[in-house]
Amino acid sequence: MSENVTFHFDVDGENFSSAGEASVLVKKKLRQLGISPEIIRRVSIAMYEGEINMVIHAEGGSADVTVTDKEVAIVLSDRGPGIPDVSLAMQEGYSTARDNIRALGFGAGMGLPNMKKYTDSMEIETKLGVGTTITMKVKLS
Amino acid sequence: MRNYRHSVSLDISKCKGCTTCLKRCPTEAIRIRDGHAQINSDRCIDCGECIKVCPHKAKRAVHDSLKDMKNYTVTVALPAPALYGQFNNLTNIDYIIDGLGKVGFDYVFEVACAAEMVSAYTRTYLGRDGVSKPVISSACPVITRMIGMNFPYLADHIMPLLPPVEIAAKLARDAAAREHPELSPTEIGVFLISPCPAKVSYVKNGFAGDKNNIDRVISVRDVYFALLDVMKNGSIPEGTSSAGMIGIGWATTGGESSAVFNDRYLAADGIENCIRVLEQIDNEDFTDLDFIELNACSGGCVGGAMTVANPYIAGARLGSLKRYLPVSPNRPADGDIPDYCFSDGEVHYDGGYTLSSDRNEAMRMMSEIESITAGLPGIDCGSCGAPTCEAFAEDIVKNETNADECTIIMRELFHECIERRRKELLSEKIGSSKPKNGAEVDSKK
Repeated sequence: MSENVTFHFDVDGENFSSAGEASVLVKKKLRQLGISPEIIRRVSIAMYEGEINMVIHAEGGSADVTVTDKEVAIVLSDRGPGIPDVSLAMQEGYSTARDNIRALGFGAGMGLPNMKKYTDSMEIETKLGVGTTITMKVKLS
Repeated sequence: MRNYRHSVSLDISKCKGCTTCLKRCPTEAIRIRDGHAQINSDRCIDCGECIKVCPHKAKRAVHDSLKDMKNYTVTVALPAPALYGQFNNLTNIDYIIDGLGKVGFDYVFEVACAAEMVSAYTRTYLGRDGVSKPVISSACPVITRMIGMNFPYLADHIMPLLPPVEIAAKLARDAAAREHPELSPTEIGVFLISPCPAKVSYVKNGFAGDKNNIDRVISVRDVYFALLDVMKNGSIPEGTSSAGMIGIGWATTGGESSAVFNDRYLAADGIENCIRVLEQIDNEDFTDLDFIELNACSGGCVGGAMTVANPYIAGARLGSLKRYLPVSPNRPADGDIPDYCFSDGEVHYDGGYTLSSDRNEAMRMMSEIESITAGLPGIDCGSCGAPTCEAFAEDIVKNETNADECTIIMRELFHECIERRRKELLSEKIGSSKPKNGAEVDSKK
């Protein structure tokens, strides 16, 4: 049995240009662990989309990435407004992002669908007014 | 990639072991050990950043010399367009072409001419079905190597065409061979006049595969000084340059992409900026772009470490040199891409950052790195010889350095020792004169 490694990141909600920093750092760590490029890319895209979501909707949050010998688990937690209708939010092209955010090129409504597409499992726990926690897993083999 | 031949070298006698290059290396390939810099060749991408920033001129680009011309019966010069921007008050590129003849070259083939062909072929390639977009330019060898190291998924976005230098070399060699059917290929020397060390590595490592036609790579700087001597004569040369606006534009950032004649492009320069762009494309951002031009050097190729002039001044000079030239006189009659223009060399992921080939061992090392990093000051001062505290922790775990190299922690320990010793001495002193109070002083710690 090998040990698990966990990386913790705070996602700053103030700054759009720093959104994506955690996924860049995770990519570096996964490369050091010798994870295959295909897996690294899936983790990175899922995490990047999640980070952007936390910045747009929840003023930031935290990301914890755990690598075990079987999978990479990504837990994204925020204290944002929560998602009122998860199945609606999962639809491609559906977005509640404000116009000023769309003007930056975000809010295309592909965040959650991409996160699901690039991971092997995704669970959303959300409570209105309390926050959202998304757990995604990517299998290593 | 092992046994990679680099073109950046260090003069140990000049290196003071300062942290300037350490902090600027984009791949964390440098460490300071035993008082001077060491380059990890598995990680070096020959960007030349350390050469540019070294305050002691201890880093040098390794390249061939004009003297190597004597090894060939016939020589061909391939001047990169960046060369044209080095000269003050130059009104006509013909002076340079003529000067290269006076320096001793039998033929001159301008890289700018081949660049115009590549621009035309790029437009054709972008119009093909099934092309992975955005297409990333293959011209900067630092960028293609960076992609191989860190962005393997983007490898199939790199344009599969040979860069202009290689196409220029092929056409120049063929032309020289036609003129001199009596010569064997080894008697014809094709000399690239390059602004950057990365092109030297590109040639020495055979990145063009079987299609490599460049024999020697000499620096724009050496040729600049050689040309200064012969260009003084002042005779007005005949019209020998055939480069146009587009070809010369390739020397500066935006030149290559504006020749795509398509608004959906991005042009970035400076290695750190390029890395940021690559990170974002890797995350599937910028999906509506067709073409991406990335130049590792600020300003574009004029910013290479083997040039003389300030890159922005060189760029401004090129702007006025090309103003009255035809747009693209070397554009091929049709845009069909000939087979010889396709690259054989593939970009492979080399896993250069992997801690251990055994995953369990890599996980164990990573845990250790994380816990050591947590105990380090986190100011990334570089005094330990590693660029960041995290890199230092990695070096400790790999047994490449010792924890006591951290000067910040050592300073704290030193102060603690001094303080403890001071108290000991104090209590001894007070204890000897006032024995009754000694215990009280001790109990305060």
